[in-house]
Amino acid sequence: MKKIEAIIRPESLEMVKNALNELGYPGMTITEVKGHGKQKGKEQIWRGREYKVEFLPKLKVEIVVLDDDVQRIARAIINETRTGNIGDGKIFIYPVEDAIRIRTGDYGNNAI
Amino acid sequence: MKRVPLIILVALALFLTTTGAFADEPTTASNARALDTVWVLMAAFLVFFMQAGFGMVEAGFIRAKNTCNILTKNFLDYCMASIGFFIFGYAIMFGSENQFIGLKGWFLSGAQSGADIPLYAFWLFQAAFCGAAATIVAGGMAGRMKFQAYLIYSFVISAFVYPIVGHWIWGGGWLAKLNFVDFAGSTVVHSVGGFAALIGTIILKPRIGKFNPDGTPNAIPGHSIPLASLGVFILWFGWFGFNPGSTLGAGDGELIARVAINTNLAAAAGAISAMILVWRLSGKPDLSMIMNGALAGLVAVTAPCAFVEPWAAIVIGIVGGIIVVLGVILLDKLKIDDPVGAVPVHGLNGLWGTLSIGLFGKKALDVAKNGLFYGGGLKQLGIQALGVTTAVIFVLITMGGLFKLIDMFIGLRVNKEEELAGLDTSEHGMESYAGFQIQ
Repeated sequence: MKKIEAIIRPESLEMVKNALNELGYPGMTITEVKGHGKQKGKEQIWRGREYKVEFLPKLKVEIVVLDDDVQRIARAIINETRTGNIGDGKIFIYPVEDAIRIRTGDYGNNAI
Repeated sequence: MKRVPLIILVALALFLTTTGAFADEPTTASNARALDTVWVLMAAFLVFFMQAGFGMVEAGFIRAKNTCNILTKNFLDYCMASIGFFIFGYAIMFGSENQFIGLKGWFLSGAQSGADIPLYAFWLFQAAFCGAAATIVAGGMAGRMKFQAYLIYSFVISAFVYPIVGHWIWGGGWLAKLNFVDFAGSTVVHSVGGFAALIGTIILKPRIGKFNPDGTPNAIPGHSIPLASLGVFILWFGWFGFNPGSTLGAGDGELIARVAINTNLAAAAGAISAMILVWRLSGKPDLSMIMNGALAGLVAVTAPCAFVEPWAAIVIGIVGGIIVVLGVILLDKLKIDDPVGAVPVHGLNGLWGTLSIGLFGKKALDVAKNGLFYGGGLKQLGIQALGVTTAVIFVLITMGGLFKLIDMFIGLRVNKEEELAGLDTSEHGMESYAGFQIQ
Protein backbone atom coordinates (compact mmCIF):
# COMPACT_ATOMS: atom_id res chain seq x y z
CA MET A 1 0.00 0.00 0.00
CA LYS A 2 1.20 3.50 -0.71
CA LYS A 3 -0.14 6.92 0.23
CA ILE A 4 -0.29 9.45 -2.57
CA GLU A 5 -0.23 13.04 -1.36
CA ALA A 6 -0.94 15.57 -4.12
CA ILE A 7 -0.71 19.35 -3.59
CA ILE A 8 -2.86 20.83 -6.34
CA ARG A 9 -4.61 24.05 -7.34
CA PRO A 10 -8.01 24.33 -5.62
CA GLU A 11 -9.82 24.71 -8.93
CA SER A 12 -8.58 21.29 -10.10
CA LEU A 13 -10.43 19.35 -7.45
CA GLU A 14 -13.52 18.39 -9.47
CA MET A 15 -11.50 16.91 -12.33
CA VAL A 16 -9.18 14.99 -10.02
CA LYS A 17 -12.12 13.59 -8.07
CA ASN A 18 -13.84 12.37 -11.23
CA ALA A 19 -10.66 10.80 -12.60
CA LEU A 20 -9.95 8.93 -9.36
CA ASN A 21 -13.53 7.75 -9.24
CA GLU A 22 -13.22 6.25 -12.72
CA LEU A 23 -10.05 4.45 -11.71
CA GLY A 24 -11.84 2.74 -8.85
CA TYR A 25 -10.83 5.05 -6.01
CA PRO A 26 -13.85 7.04 -4.91
CA GLY A 27 -12.50 7.76 -1.41
CA MET A 28 -10.05 10.54 -0.54
CA THR A 29 -9.22 13.15 2.09
CA ILE A 30 -8.90 16.85 1.27
CA THR A 31 -7.14 19.52 3.32
CA GLU A 32 -7.03 23.26 2.59
CA VAL A 33 -3.41 24.35 2.82
CA LYS A 34 -1.18 27.30 1.94
CA GLY A 35 2.26 27.19 0.46
CA HIS A 36 4.67 27.97 -2.31
CA GLY A 37 7.50 26.33 -4.17
CA LYS A 38 10.79 27.78 -5.35
CA GLN A 39 9.05 30.67 -7.11
CA LYS A 40 7.39 32.55 -4.30
CA GLY A 41 3.83 33.86 -4.26
CA LYS A 42 2.24 36.67 -6.28
CA GLU A 43 1.51 40.42 -6.16
CA GLN A 44 -1.78 41.84 -4.94
CA ILE A 45 -3.02 45.33 -4.10
CA TRP A 46 -4.51 46.99 -1.00
CA ARG A 47 -5.44 50.66 -0.68
CA GLY A 48 -3.31 51.57 -3.63
CA ARG A 49 -0.22 49.77 -2.45
CA GLU A 50 1.16 46.50 -3.86
CA TYR A 51 2.13 43.69 -1.55
CA LYS A 52 3.37 40.15 -1.99
CA VAL A 53 1.25 37.17 -1.06
CA GLU A 54 3.85 34.53 -0.31
CA PHE A 55 1.68 31.61 0.70
CA LEU A 56 -1.00 30.73 -1.83
CA PRO A 57 -4.06 28.60 -1.18
CA LYS A 58 -3.77 25.01 -2.39
CA LEU A 59 -5.51 21.69 -1.79
CA LYS A 60 -3.82 18.61 -0.41
CA VAL A 61 -5.44 15.41 -1.70
CA GLU A 62 -4.51 12.28 0.22
CA ILE A 63 -5.38 8.82 -1.00
CA VAL A 64 -4.08 5.35 -0.06
CA VAL A 65 -3.79 2.95 -3.02
CA LEU A 66 -2.60 -0.55 -3.86
CA ASP A 67 1.04 -0.78 -4.96
CA ASP A 68 0.08 -1.75 -8.52
CA ASP A 69 -2.14 1.31 -8.94
CA VAL A 70 0.34 3.97 -7.83
CA GLN A 71 1.68 4.93 -11.26
CA ARG A 72 -1.76 4.95 -12.89
CA ILE A 73 -3.21 7.21 -10.17
CA ALA A 74 -0.23 9.56 -10.23
CA ARG A 75 -0.46 9.91 -14.00
CA ALA A 76 -4.19 10.59 -13.83
CA ILE A 77 -3.69 13.33 -11.25
CA ILE A 78 -0.95 14.92 -13.32
CA ASN A 79 -3.12 14.80 -16.46
CA GLU A 80 -6.00 16.55 -14.76
CA THR A 81 -3.98 19.26 -13.02
CA ARG A 82 -1.02 20.19 -15.19
CA THR A 83 -1.30 23.66 -16.77
CA GLY A 84 2.37 24.23 -17.46
CA ASN A 85 2.40 27.35 -15.24
CA ILE A 86 4.11 27.99 -11.92
CA GLY A 87 1.90 26.68 -9.10
CA ASP A 88 0.83 23.36 -10.60
CA GLY A 89 1.93 21.57 -7.40
CA LYS A 90 3.66 18.36 -6.40
CA ILE A 91 2.94 14.70 -5.69
CA PHE A 92 4.59 12.76 -2.87
CA ILE A 93 4.41 9.01 -2.39
CA TYR A 94 4.80 7.34 1.02
CA PRO A 95 4.83 3.69 2.10
CA VAL A 96 1.88 2.71 4.28
CA GLU A 97 2.42 0.13 7.04
CA ASP A 98 -1.18 -0.90 7.42
CA ALA A 99 -4.79 0.19 6.89
CA ILE A 100 -8.01 -0.71 8.76
CA ARG A 101 -11.61 -0.07 7.77
CA ILE A 102 -13.28 0.98 10.99
CA ARG A 103 -16.79 -0.17 10.14
CA THR A 104 -15.94 -3.78 9.32
CA GLY A 105 -12.51 -4.36 10.83
CA ASP A 106 -10.93 -5.32 7.45
CA TYR A 107 -7.10 -5.22 7.39
CA GLY A 108 -4.50 -4.53 4.75
CA ASN A 109 -5.37 -4.47 1.07
CA ASN A 110 -9.00 -5.32 1.87
CA ALA A 111 -9.34 -2.02 3.70
CA ILE A 112 -8.59 0.09 0.62
CA MET B 1 -88.98 56.49 26.36
CA LYS B 2 -89.01 60.20 26.56
CA ARG B 3 -87.64 61.89 23.44
CA VAL B 4 -84.92 64.37 24.25
CA PRO B 5 -86.15 67.78 23.18
CA LEU B 6 -84.47 68.98 19.95
CA ILE B 7 -83.56 72.29 21.51
CA ILE B 8 -81.45 70.54 24.14
CA LEU B 9 -79.59 68.54 21.49
CA VAL B 10 -78.85 71.65 19.47
CA ALA B 11 -77.65 73.48 22.58
CA LEU B 12 -75.40 70.54 23.44
CA ALA B 13 -73.89 70.44 19.94
CA LEU B 14 -73.20 74.18 19.98
CA PHE B 15 -71.67 73.90 23.43
CA LEU B 16 -69.30 71.10 22.47
CA THR B 17 -68.05 72.65 19.27
CA THR B 18 -67.58 76.19 20.48
CA THR B 19 -65.94 75.43 23.81
CA GLY B 20 -63.09 73.54 22.13
CA ALA B 21 -63.97 69.96 22.98
CA PHE B 22 -62.82 69.23 19.42
CA ALA B 23 -60.07 71.87 19.47
CA ASP B 24 -57.30 69.24 18.83
CA GLU B 25 -58.23 69.20 15.15
CA PRO B 26 -55.01 69.54 13.18
CA THR B 27 -54.24 72.91 11.70
CA THR B 28 -52.04 73.67 8.73
CA ALA B 29 -49.34 74.86 11.08
CA SER B 30 -49.44 71.78 13.26
CA ASN B 31 -49.45 69.55 10.19
CA ALA B 32 -46.35 71.27 8.88
CA ARG B 33 -44.66 70.84 12.24
CA ALA B 34 -45.66 67.18 12.32
CA LEU B 35 -44.25 66.63 8.83
CA ASP B 36 -41.03 68.39 9.76
CA THR B 37 -40.74 66.32 12.92
CA VAL B 38 -41.26 63.08 11.04
CA TRP B 39 -38.71 64.21 8.45
CA VAL B 40 -36.04 65.00 11.01
CA LEU B 41 -36.71 61.85 13.01
CA MET B 42 -36.48 59.66 9.89
CA ALA B 43 -33.24 61.43 9.03
CA ALA B 44 -31.99 60.84 12.57
CA PHE B 45 -32.76 57.14 12.21
CA LEU B 46 -30.78 57.08 8.95
CA VAL B 47 -27.81 58.81 10.55
CA PHE B 48 -27.98 56.34 13.41
CA PHE B 49 -27.81 53.55 10.84
CA MET B 50 -24.54 55.06 9.62
CA GLN B 51 -23.02 53.66 12.79
CA ALA B 52 -23.53 50.22 11.24
CA GLY B 53 -21.91 51.55 8.09
CA PHE B 54 -18.86 52.83 9.97
CA GLY B 55 -18.68 49.54 11.84
CA MET B 56 -18.70 47.43 8.70
CA VAL B 57 -16.19 49.62 6.87
CA GLU B 58 -13.82 49.62 9.82
CA ALA B 59 -14.22 45.88 10.37
CA GLY B 60 -13.70 45.05 6.72
CA PHE B 61 -10.56 47.18 6.49
CA ILE B 62 -8.76 45.64 9.46
CA ARG B 63 -7.62 42.14 10.31
CA ALA B 64 -9.99 39.56 11.73
CA LYS B 65 -8.08 39.41 15.02
CA ASN B 66 -9.06 43.00 15.85
CA THR B 67 -12.58 43.01 14.49
CA CYS B 68 -14.53 42.34 17.66
CA ASN B 69 -12.56 45.14 19.30
CA ILE B 70 -13.35 47.76 16.68
CA LEU B 71 -17.00 46.80 16.60
CA THR B 72 -17.19 47.14 20.37
CA LYS B 73 -15.64 50.58 20.15
CA ASN B 74 -18.02 51.53 17.35
CA PHE B 75 -20.96 50.24 19.34
CA LEU B 76 -19.98 51.99 22.55
CA ASP B 77 -19.37 55.23 20.66
CA TYR B 78 -23.03 55.57 19.96
CA CYS B 79 -23.95 54.65 23.50
CA MET B 80 -21.43 57.10 24.95
CA ALA B 81 -22.59 59.81 22.58
CA SER B 82 -26.20 59.19 23.51
CA ILE B 83 -25.55 59.63 27.21
CA GLY B 84 -22.76 62.20 27.03
CA PHE B 85 -24.65 64.38 24.58
CA PHE B 86 -27.74 64.15 26.77
CA ILE B 87 -26.01 65.12 30.00
CA PHE B 88 -23.50 67.71 28.77
CA GLY B 89 -23.23 67.89 25.03
CA TYR B 90 -26.53 69.42 24.03
CA ALA B 91 -26.27 72.13 26.66
CA ILE B 92 -22.77 73.03 25.49
CA MET B 93 -23.70 72.98 21.83
CA PHE B 94 -27.05 74.77 21.90
CA GLY B 95 -27.16 76.68 25.16
CA SER B 96 -27.16 80.31 24.09
CA GLU B 97 -25.18 82.00 26.84
CA ASN B 98 -22.03 83.00 25.02
CA GLN B 99 -20.31 82.58 21.69
CA PHE B 100 -17.81 79.94 22.73
CA ILE B 101 -19.72 77.48 24.86
CA GLY B 102 -23.32 76.97 25.92
CA LEU B 103 -23.96 76.71 29.62
CA LYS B 104 -27.61 75.87 30.03
CA GLY B 105 -29.67 72.77 29.39
CA TRP B 106 -27.78 70.09 31.36
CA PHE B 107 -29.73 66.85 31.15
CA LEU B 108 -31.91 68.78 28.66
CA SER B 109 -33.52 70.55 31.57
CA GLY B 110 -34.49 74.02 30.41
CA ALA B 111 -33.07 73.31 26.96
CA GLN B 112 -34.57 74.77 23.83
CA SER B 113 -35.03 73.10 20.50
CA GLY B 114 -32.82 74.50 17.75
CA ALA B 115 -35.52 74.26 15.10
CA ASP B 116 -39.26 74.40 14.71
CA ILE B 117 -39.67 70.83 15.86
CA PRO B 118 -39.91 69.29 19.33
CA LEU B 119 -36.75 69.40 21.45
CA TYR B 120 -36.48 65.63 21.70
CA ALA B 121 -36.58 65.16 17.93
CA PHE B 122 -33.98 67.87 17.43
CA TRP B 123 -31.85 66.33 20.16
CA LEU B 124 -31.93 62.86 18.63
CA PHE B 125 -30.87 64.18 15.25
CA GLN B 126 -27.97 66.10 16.79
CA ALA B 127 -26.97 63.16 19.00
CA ALA B 128 -26.70 60.88 15.97
CA PHE B 129 -24.27 63.36 14.40
CA CYS B 130 -22.25 63.38 17.59
CA GLY B 131 -21.98 59.60 17.48
CA ALA B 132 -20.79 59.77 13.89
CA ALA B 133 -17.98 62.17 14.73
CA ALA B 134 -16.82 60.05 17.65
CA THR B 135 -16.60 56.81 15.72
CA ILE B 136 -14.34 58.21 13.01
CA VAL B 137 -11.41 58.02 15.39
CA ALA B 138 -11.83 54.30 16.06
CA GLY B 139 -10.71 53.54 12.53
CA GLY B 140 -7.62 55.71 12.58
CA MET B 141 -6.46 54.25 15.86
CA ALA B 142 -7.40 50.66 15.11
CA GLY B 143 -5.41 47.61 16.02
CA ARG B 144 -3.40 48.88 18.93
CA MET B 145 -5.43 51.23 21.15
CA LYS B 146 -6.43 50.21 24.68
CA PHE B 147 -10.14 49.76 25.11
CA GLN B 148 -10.44 51.72 28.38
CA ALA B 149 -8.50 54.55 26.78
CA TYR B 150 -11.00 54.54 23.96
CA LEU B 151 -14.00 54.68 26.28
CA ILE B 152 -12.61 57.74 28.01
CA TYR B 153 -11.85 59.43 24.68
CA SER B 154 -15.32 58.60 23.37
CA PHE B 155 -17.09 60.20 26.29
CA VAL B 156 -14.94 63.32 26.24
CA ILE B 157 -15.34 64.00 22.54
CA SER B 158 -19.10 63.41 22.65
CA ALA B 159 -19.75 65.40 25.79
CA PHE B 160 -17.34 68.29 25.35
CA VAL B 161 -15.06 68.68 22.33
CA TYR B 162 -17.55 68.03 19.53
CA PRO B 163 -20.29 70.15 21.17
CA ILE B 164 -17.93 73.09 21.60
CA VAL B 165 -17.03 73.15 17.92
CA GLY B 166 -20.67 72.57 17.11
CA HIS B 167 -21.61 75.52 19.24
CA TRP B 168 -19.32 77.85 17.31
CA ILE B 169 -20.91 76.83 14.02
CA TRP B 170 -24.45 75.59 14.62
CA GLY B 171 -25.24 76.85 18.11
CA GLY B 172 -25.15 80.50 17.19
CA GLY B 173 -21.51 80.88 18.20
CA TRP B 174 -18.78 83.19 16.95
CA LEU B 175 -18.17 81.44 13.63
CA ALA B 176 -21.83 81.50 12.79
CA LYS B 177 -21.85 85.21 13.53
CA LEU B 178 -19.05 85.66 11.00
CA ASN B 179 -21.24 83.97 8.38
CA PHE B 180 -19.18 80.81 8.33
CA VAL B 181 -21.44 78.08 6.96
CA ASP B 182 -21.24 74.30 7.16
CA PHE B 183 -24.54 72.82 6.18
CA ALA B 184 -24.34 69.28 7.50
CA GLY B 185 -20.91 69.07 9.10
CA SER B 186 -17.82 68.79 6.90
CA THR B 187 -16.13 70.76 9.66
CA VAL B 188 -18.28 70.02 12.67
CA VAL B 189 -18.36 66.26 12.21
CA HIS B 190 -15.77 65.15 9.70
CA SER B 191 -12.86 67.52 10.29
CA VAL B 192 -13.34 67.14 14.03
CA GLY B 193 -13.33 63.36 13.78
CA GLY B 194 -10.67 63.20 11.10
CA PHE B 195 -8.14 65.41 12.84
CA ALA B 196 -8.78 63.84 16.23
CA ALA B 197 -7.94 60.60 14.44
CA LEU B 198 -4.79 62.18 13.01
CA ILE B 199 -3.38 63.39 16.31
CA GLY B 200 -4.43 60.14 17.92
CA THR B 201 -2.74 57.90 15.41
CA ILE B 202 0.42 60.00 15.50
CA ILE B 203 0.64 59.75 19.29
CA LEU B 204 -0.26 56.07 19.18
CA LYS B 205 2.42 55.34 16.56
CA PRO B 206 2.10 52.78 13.74
CA ARG B 207 1.05 49.17 14.08
CA ILE B 208 3.81 46.61 14.42
CA GLY B 209 4.84 45.60 10.93
CA LYS B 210 3.33 48.59 9.13
CA PHE B 211 6.65 50.28 8.39
CA ASN B 212 9.99 48.58 7.79
CA PRO B 213 13.17 49.82 9.48
CA ASP B 214 14.09 51.62 6.25
CA GLY B 215 10.75 53.45 6.33
CA THR B 216 9.00 51.67 3.46
CA PRO B 217 5.37 50.86 4.19
CA ASN B 218 3.80 47.41 4.13
CA ALA B 219 0.22 46.82 3.11
CA ILE B 220 -1.79 45.19 5.89
CA PRO B 221 -4.85 43.96 4.00
CA GLY B 222 -8.26 44.08 5.61
CA HIS B 223 -10.01 40.79 6.16
CA SER B 224 -13.34 41.37 4.46
CA ILE B 225 -14.02 43.35 1.32
CA PRO B 226 -17.72 42.33 1.40
CA LEU B 227 -18.19 43.80 4.87
CA ALA B 228 -16.41 46.99 3.89
CA SER B 229 -18.44 47.28 0.72
CA LEU B 230 -21.68 46.77 2.61
CA GLY B 231 -20.52 49.41 5.04
CA VAL B 232 -19.94 51.97 2.31
CA PHE B 233 -23.40 51.44 0.89
CA ILE B 234 -24.92 51.78 4.35
CA LEU B 235 -22.99 55.02 4.85
CA TRP B 236 -24.12 56.37 1.47
CA PHE B 237 -27.68 55.43 2.37
CA GLY B 238 -27.41 57.03 5.79
CA TRP B 239 -25.93 60.16 4.23
CA PHE B 240 -29.33 60.74 2.66
CA GLY B 241 -30.42 61.43 6.20
CA PHE B 242 -27.23 63.19 7.25
CA ASN B 243 -27.36 65.86 4.56
CA PRO B 244 -31.01 66.37 3.61
CA GLY B 245 -32.11 66.00 7.24
CA SER B 246 -29.99 69.00 8.13
CA THR B 247 -32.64 71.20 6.58
CA LEU B 248 -34.46 70.45 9.86
CA GLY B 249 -37.74 70.62 8.03
CA ALA B 250 -39.40 69.39 4.85
CA GLY B 251 -40.13 72.92 3.70
CA ASP B 252 -41.73 72.90 0.29
CA GLY B 253 -39.46 70.10 -0.82
CA GLU B 254 -37.08 72.21 -2.92
CA LEU B 255 -34.17 72.31 -0.52
CA ILE B 256 -34.24 68.69 0.60
CA ALA B 257 -34.37 67.62 -3.05
CA ARG B 258 -31.36 69.78 -3.92
CA VAL B 259 -29.37 68.48 -0.99
CA ALA B 260 -30.21 64.88 -1.87
CA ILE B 261 -29.14 65.14 -5.49
CA ASN B 262 -25.92 66.91 -4.56
CA THR B 263 -25.14 64.22 -2.01
CA ASN B 264 -25.62 61.47 -4.56
CA LEU B 265 -23.65 63.13 -7.35
CA ALA B 266 -20.65 63.90 -5.17
CA ALA B 267 -20.42 60.31 -3.95
CA ALA B 268 -20.59 58.87 -7.45
CA ALA B 269 -18.09 61.37 -8.80
CA GLY B 270 -15.69 60.72 -5.94
CA ALA B 271 -15.77 56.97 -6.53
CA ILE B 272 -15.06 57.35 -10.23
CA SER B 273 -12.26 59.88 -9.87
CA ALA B 274 -10.60 57.77 -7.16
CA MET B 275 -10.87 54.72 -9.39
CA ILE B 276 -9.27 56.47 -12.35
CA LEU B 277 -6.45 57.87 -10.25
CA VAL B 278 -5.60 54.67 -8.40
CA TRP B 279 -5.85 52.70 -11.65
CA ARG B 280 -3.24 55.00 -13.19
CA LEU B 281 -1.00 55.01 -10.14
CA SER B 282 -0.99 51.33 -9.24
CA GLY B 283 -2.19 49.60 -12.38
CA LYS B 284 -5.39 48.07 -11.03
CA PRO B 285 -8.84 49.44 -10.11
CA ASP B 286 -8.62 48.85 -6.39
CA LEU B 287 -12.02 48.56 -4.74
CA SER B 288 -10.76 49.61 -1.34
CA MET B 289 -9.73 52.96 -2.83
CA ILE B 290 -12.81 53.29 -5.00
CA MET B 291 -14.96 52.98 -1.92
CA ASN B 292 -12.82 55.51 -0.08
CA GLY B 293 -13.42 57.78 -3.05
CA ALA B 294 -17.18 57.57 -2.68
CA LEU B 295 -16.87 58.35 1.02
CA ALA B 296 -14.54 61.23 0.21
CA GLY B 297 -17.12 62.71 -2.13
CA LEU B 298 -19.78 62.35 0.54
CA VAL B 299 -17.66 64.02 3.19
CA ALA B 300 -16.68 66.82 0.83
CA VAL B 301 -20.25 67.63 -0.22
CA THR B 302 -21.52 67.58 3.38
CA ALA B 303 -20.78 71.26 3.95
CA PRO B 304 -21.77 72.70 0.57
CA CYS B 305 -24.71 70.42 -0.30
CA ALA B 306 -27.39 73.07 0.21
CA PHE B 307 -25.42 75.94 -1.23
CA VAL B 308 -24.25 74.70 -4.62
CA GLU B 309 -25.64 73.61 -7.96
CA PRO B 310 -25.47 69.92 -8.93
CA TRP B 311 -22.66 70.48 -11.43
CA ALA B 312 -20.58 71.88 -8.60
CA ALA B 313 -21.38 68.83 -6.46
CA ILE B 314 -19.84 66.67 -9.16
CA VAL B 315 -16.68 68.79 -9.26
CA ILE B 316 -16.46 68.72 -5.47
CA GLY B 317 -16.77 64.94 -5.54
CA ILE B 318 -14.13 64.54 -8.25
CA VAL B 319 -11.64 66.59 -6.26
CA GLY B 320 -12.57 64.64 -3.12
CA GLY B 321 -11.70 61.36 -4.81
CA ILE B 322 -8.32 62.74 -5.88
CA ILE B 323 -7.61 64.08 -2.41
CA VAL B 324 -8.30 60.77 -0.73
CA VAL B 325 -5.98 58.78 -3.04
CA LEU B 326 -3.17 61.30 -2.69
CA GLY B 327 -3.86 61.61 1.04
CA VAL B 328 -3.33 57.90 1.59
CA ILE B 329 -0.03 58.08 -0.27
CA LEU B 330 0.98 61.15 1.73
CA LEU B 331 0.32 59.48 5.07
CA ASP B 332 2.50 56.56 4.02
CA LYS B 333 5.29 58.99 3.11
CA LEU B 334 4.93 60.72 6.48
CA LYS B 335 5.03 57.32 8.19
CA ILE B 336 1.60 57.82 9.74
CA ASP B 337 -0.43 54.62 10.08
CA ASP B 338 -4.13 55.12 9.44
CA PRO B 339 -5.61 51.64 8.95
CA VAL B 340 -8.89 52.66 7.37
CA GLY B 341 -8.11 56.06 5.87
CA ALA B 342 -10.00 58.11 8.44
CA VAL B 343 -7.69 61.08 7.94
CA PRO B 344 -7.79 61.29 4.13
CA VAL B 345 -11.52 60.60 3.96
CA HIS B 346 -12.81 62.67 6.87
CA GLY B 347 -10.05 65.07 7.81
CA LEU B 348 -8.74 66.19 4.44
CA ASN B 349 -12.09 66.11 2.68
CA GLY B 350 -13.76 67.83 5.59
CA LEU B 351 -11.30 70.66 4.91
CA TRP B 352 -11.94 70.60 1.16
CA GLY B 353 -15.70 70.50 1.52
CA THR B 354 -15.70 73.45 3.89
CA LEU B 355 -13.47 75.51 1.61
CA SER B 356 -15.44 74.59 -1.52
CA ILE B 357 -18.30 76.76 -0.30
CA GLY B 358 -15.97 79.70 -0.82
CA LEU B 359 -15.63 78.64 -4.46
CA PHE B 360 -19.03 77.33 -5.48
CA GLY B 361 -21.44 78.79 -2.90
CA LYS B 362 -24.27 80.96 -4.07
CA LYS B 363 -25.84 83.87 -2.24
CA ALA B 364 -29.10 82.88 -3.87
CA LEU B 365 -28.85 79.62 -1.96
CA ASP B 366 -28.29 81.26 1.41
CA VAL B 367 -24.56 81.81 1.68
CA ALA B 368 -23.65 85.29 2.91
CA LYS B 369 -21.41 86.01 -0.04
CA ASN B 370 -21.09 84.49 -3.46
CA GLY B 371 -18.22 82.11 -3.93
CA LEU B 372 -15.18 82.82 -6.09
CA PHE B 373 -16.72 81.30 -9.21
CA TYR B 374 -19.80 83.46 -8.87
CA GLY B 375 -17.95 86.72 -8.73
CA GLY B 376 -17.91 87.07 -4.95
CA GLY B 377 -14.15 87.24 -4.68
CA LEU B 378 -12.30 85.62 -1.82
CA LYS B 379 -14.31 86.85 1.16
CA GLN B 380 -16.41 83.75 1.79
CA LEU B 381 -13.42 81.54 1.06
CA GLY B 382 -11.49 83.43 3.70
CA ILE B 383 -14.27 82.98 6.26
CA GLN B 384 -14.50 79.29 5.48
CA ALA B 385 -10.74 78.93 5.84
CA LEU B 386 -10.75 80.76 9.15
CA GLY B 387 -13.52 78.59 10.51
CA VAL B 388 -12.14 75.23 9.55
CA THR B 389 -8.62 76.16 10.62
CA THR B 390 -9.65 77.25 14.09
CA ALA B 391 -11.82 74.18 14.53
CA VAL B 392 -8.97 71.91 13.47
CA ILE B 393 -6.43 73.61 15.72
CA PHE B 394 -8.84 73.40 18.64
CA VAL B 395 -9.35 69.68 18.05
CA LEU B 396 -5.65 68.94 17.62
CA ILE B 397 -4.84 70.69 20.89
CA THR B 398 -7.68 69.33 23.01
CA MET B 399 -7.62 65.79 21.67
CA GLY B 400 -3.83 65.70 21.58
CA GLY B 401 -3.81 66.82 25.18
CA LEU B 402 -6.42 64.24 26.12
CA PHE B 403 -4.57 61.37 24.46
CA LYS B 404 -1.31 62.41 26.15
CA LEU B 405 -3.09 62.58 29.49
CA ILE B 406 -4.67 59.16 29.03
CA ASP B 407 -1.28 57.80 28.04
CA MET B 408 0.26 59.15 31.25
CA PHE B 409 -2.34 57.60 33.52
CA ILE B 410 -3.50 54.34 32.02
CA GLY B 411 -1.55 54.01 28.80
CA LEU B 412 -2.89 54.54 25.31
CA ARG B 413 -1.50 51.52 23.52
CA VAL B 414 -1.60 47.80 24.26
CA ASN B 415 1.69 45.96 24.69
CA LYS B 416 3.45 44.03 21.94
CA GLU B 417 2.14 40.56 22.83
CA GLU B 418 -1.42 41.82 23.03
CA GLU B 419 -1.11 43.57 19.69
CA LEU B 420 0.34 40.54 17.91
CA ALA B 421 -2.22 38.15 19.40
CA GLY B 422 -4.97 40.54 18.37
CA LEU B 423 -7.16 42.82 20.48
CA ASP B 424 -10.16 40.51 20.22
CA THR B 425 -8.53 37.92 22.40
CA SER B 426 -6.31 40.28 24.43
CA GLU B 427 -8.91 42.88 25.35
CA HIS B 428 -12.18 40.99 25.10
CA GLY B 429 -11.38 37.31 25.45
CA MET B 430 -13.34 36.72 22.26
CA GLU B 431 -12.84 35.65 18.69
CA SER B 432 -14.73 37.37 15.90
CA TYR B 433 -14.88 34.15 13.89
CA ALA B 434 -14.71 31.50 16.56
CA GLY B 435 -12.65 28.59 15.41
CA PHE B 436 -11.72 29.94 11.97
CA GLN B 437 -8.29 31.04 10.94
CA ILE B 438 -8.66 34.29 9.05
CA GLN B 439 -5.98 36.89 8.60
